[in-house]
Amino acid sequence: MTVRKFTRRLAGASLAAFAVLGLSYGSANAADLNALVWCDHSDPNLLKPFEDANGIKVNVKEFEGTGAGIAIVEQSQPGDWDVMVIDSIDVRRGVERGLFEVLADDQLPIADLFPEVVMDQHTKIDGKRYGITEKFGYNTIGFNKAKVDVKDMDSLAALTDPKYKGRVAIYDYYLPVIGMAAMAIGKKTAELTEADLPAIKEQLMKMKANAKAVTDVVASQTALATGEADILVGGGEWVTAGIAKENPDLDFSIPKEGAVLWSQSLAMFKDSKNKDMALKFIQYIMSPEGQARLATSSCYWGMPANSKAALNDEQKKILRFAEQPDFLKRAQGYPAPSEDLDKKMQDVWTEMIQAQ
Amino acid sequence: MSASTNNRIGWASVTPALAWTLVFFVVPFVAMAAASLYTKGGDGLSLANYLQFFYNPSYWRALTNSLEVTAMVTVISVLLAYPFAWILAFIVPERWQRLALMLAVLPFWTSYVVRSYSWLLVLAEKGVINSTLVNIGILSEPIQLANTRAATVIGFVHFFVMLLTLTIFANLKQLSPNYRKAAADLGASPLQSFVHVILPLTLPGVMVGAFLTFVLAIGDYITPQILGGNNELLLPQLIMIQIGRRGDFASASALSIILMAVVSIAYFACARWLKIERA
Repeated sequence: MTVRKFTRRLAGASLAAFAVLGLSYGSANAADLNALVWCDHSDPNLLKPFEDANGIKVNVKEFEGTGAGIAIVEQSQPGDWDVMVIDSIDVRRGVERGLFEVLADDQLPIADLFPEVVMDQHTKIDGKRYGITEKFGYNTIGFNKAKVDVKDMDSLAALTDPKYKGRVAIYDYYLPVIGMAAMAIGKKTAELTEADLPAIKEQLMKMKANAKAVTDVVASQTALATGEADILVGGGEWVTAGIAKENPDLDFSIPKEGAVLWSQSLAMFKDSKNKDMALKFIQYIMSPEGQARLATSSCYWGMPANSKAALNDEQKKILRFAEQPDFLKRAQGYPAPSEDLDKKMQDVWTEMIQAQ
Repeated sequence: MSASTNNRIGWASVTPALAWTLVFFVVPFVAMAAASLYTKGGDGLSLANYLQFFYNPSYWRALTNSLEVTAMVTVISVLLAYPFAWILAFIVPERWQRLALMLAVLPFWTSYVVRSYSWLLVLAEKGVINSTLVNIGILSEPIQLANTRAATVIGFVHFFVMLLTLTIFANLKQLSPNYRKAAADLGASPLQSFVHVILPLTLPGVMVGAFLTFVLAIGDYITPQILGGNNELLLPQLIMIQIGRRGDFASASALSIILMAVVSIAYFACARWLKIERA
């Protein structure tokens, strides 16, 4: 065999291999629903009823952080993804990049949602709906009531109280915790400006001085579950509810200063090749049955946005369903900073972590 | 076969490797370098992402933290791995060496993430170490081991001692026993023989292992994130923060280039010092 023939055969074999890979990937995409999700949507208990009812497979890819999620989309081919879970305050970011499809209100149970979490200011742009809130909860004080004075947990002052020094963990997400720090010094999360950052930073430093660790989602749950920490700044039902059966002492409070309301939305991609199925999926997730399954997902629990979610009494009790009207009244939204302020908040957060 | 045919075969053989390097290293690197010169939301080229690293103390500190942790890990791992490799090479009977080596690499068989979380549980206040020390009366109450720099170092050392043991063991086994015999014949004590003969001959192997440890540790995100408790940031964690919510790939790229520059400096320092390319 001459060198030229060998080279040609090598090139031919490579092209054939790429073609086979491309075809198999393409065919998998066409038949399935491809969803970019947070870990709560990967629970088979949530997906299987939808897959069985529609005879399709839901391929999920988990991500953390809107930036990482959008990066995945931008590195994919148009049409690779059908639906996405996204922070409600970040729906706008997807719309600005031309990623999302308009959703028709009359095809969604908007009227059944808790009014405070519809969040049209974030999920509707120029009067058109691009996202629907599916789940929400609070970044507040999560704690082990067997280890702390429960009355102390009614105030954000507990987070900087020397009494709890070394027994506190801080959830590692700067927006909600900066929101809590702002509330602790009497500021509203929706009105934060650069001028507020020095005072917020000072508050964060006090929290850090009292804290043992700054923990991500899994480490936050582990810290409370193992007793490594008794208080979690930024914790809430999303940490305590899922492990309430194993450890009924884990609870959360909505302090007198308030709590930060988190919410996640579902959006459909404009370039989806399977829009009918994508809409069906969104409708399923927003249905009473889908909402109950999503709310009690094995990854983390949270309040269903749909007030008619088919939760049983025990699940409602764990999620403190009946107290929601009061909680929602006292909660403030996530800080939704401009690009520039967001960067400055992140830098304040970095300084807080690096402080010794 | 003519020289030109040889030349073509040579190029045909090396082309896949060159193409691989070009596509999967050179092109992404150039793209990353180019991305680092933009700013998120801004337009035009600038050095702002690099300047923020040098002007923002918390960014700069991420590098010094990384260097301190990596230096500690490398030194401790070498100090532990060398005697371990020595025992394996010269004291453990040859028929047991294979089993001993297999046991040495056992930690590699488990997931890196799972291993790190396991250490978190071991080092926790109610973990094995604290419970044992409290139960036998050495401690009156648990001390904080998890979520500290020490925990990060322990997690790293557990992994890299095994890696270094393998590289040093291979080096020791290649060493002819005649060196030790000759040193003894010339009146050297075992300690003198080790210090003046064996150690210098095995240093290139140690440096290769130490350099691998340095490179892998300084770029690692998982171990400090899980075991360090985010009480301080290392450079890879700072890079991840840029991407997580804001998707600031420009800033992350600049920090990654800085990380690569540090690794490159370490490489050139080691290569010149001990000629590791011949090890």
